[in-house]
Amino acid sequence: MAIEGVMRSGHVQIRVLDLAAAIHHYTEYYGLILTASDDRRAYLKGWDEFDHHSLVLREADEPGMDHVAFKVRGENDLDRIEGELRERLIAVTQIPAGEQLGVGRRIAFTVPTGHRIELYATCEQVGNGLPLRNPDVWPDGLKGMKASRFEHVLLYGPGVEATVALLSSVLGFVVAEDVVTEDGARIGAFLTAASKSHDIAFIEAPEARFHHLAYWLESWDDIRQAADIIRKKNIAIDIGPTRHGISRGLTIYFFDPSGNRNEVFSGSYQHYPDRPTITWDAAELGKAIFYYEGRLNEAFLSVTT
Amino acid sequence: MAGYFISLLGTERVLHCAHGQDVLNAAIKAGLDWLPIGCRGGGCGVCRVMVHSGSYETGRMSRRHVSSTDAAIGFALACRLYPAGDLVIEFAPAQRSPA
Repeated sequence: MAIEGVMRSGHVQIRVLDLAAAIHHYTEYYGLILTASDDRRAYLKGWDEFDHHSLVLREADEPGMDHVAFKVRGENDLDRIEGELRERLIAVTQIPAGEQLGVGRRIAFTVPTGHRIELYATCEQVGNGLPLRNPDVWPDGLKGMKASRFEHVLLYGPGVEATVALLSSVLGFVVAEDVVTEDGARIGAFLTAASKSHDIAFIEAPEARFHHLAYWLESWDDIRQAADIIRKKNIAIDIGPTRHGISRGLTIYFFDPSGNRNEVFSGSYQHYPDRPTITWDAAELGKAIFYYEGRLNEAFLSVTT
Repeated sequence: MAGYFISLLGTERVLHCAHGQDVLNAAIKAGLDWLPIGCRGGGCGVCRVMVHSGSYETGRMSRRHVSSTDAAIGFALACRLYPAGDLVIEFAPAQRSPA
């Protein structure tokens, strides 16, 4: 496959108010697998991911996102991208290998919306619970919603247009879908690194905030099962099961015990470099975000961490 | 059932909250719409209130929305507010909204 540079969204590190409660939520309910933990952080992965982790939980005084990291094809991609960022006078921090368990060296920079983006090439692989020779189609012991892989994050912040310009020119991200005002200003952008509908998305807002992280489920029936679990386990639900206009994703939004929004996501479509960008008018944001309801709920714009 | 009365300052609005229940959950269970409902996890700040009187305990709340100083003078998030007696509360939203 001819993917160069950034392959996909790799991991997200979020802050939680109570690490034990968060681990319980993300393993028993979301269905992630706890690979490792120390007294500071817990490392979890979707069942169908080979890498050591895609979600890192850090206990702190306030919830939200520390950073989101993308995995690149090779170590030389890190050097190249660091060079291109520095040429644009963007400060780059180098993080040594092992700062996160199982992950090689990383580079970090801040985008105009105020969020920290990181890149890495190397991550220890622990497998997906199935053999690499003649495997069955799912492993035993899956729990809860059985979240299978890290999909994307949606971030709120000021300067979406400038952030899109930076990420597309330096990281090679493509705008799969966007949202524009009547004056043509882009207030929403859904960016893909390769073939997902989006690996990261931004919505224009006055302050940098974390809106949600999403993991993939295999089907609409798995989304239905997730909805059953949400009610059965008294998880704080935001909205769903429903569907997005943007990305066509089947979805439920709900909250972890610290108030970070989670999404289970399915359906959607494959993106290729020759797929045209889809644009939504701001006036159609209701249909864009909640296709069946046709309007936003109060929480979509006001509840972030 | 053991419980407490939670009054909204300057209004006739009262809700009943069971011992061990948080105030926001009590409002949701009673079908009331006058407390804003956010993440229900102490994280988003949408349900921020000022407790004017009454004794209570709080669970962990985002320090961004209720700092230690805020907490000392009576600010709390309703979803993490556990009354130990009748309370008088007032809405106390944070200054700016995210979007």
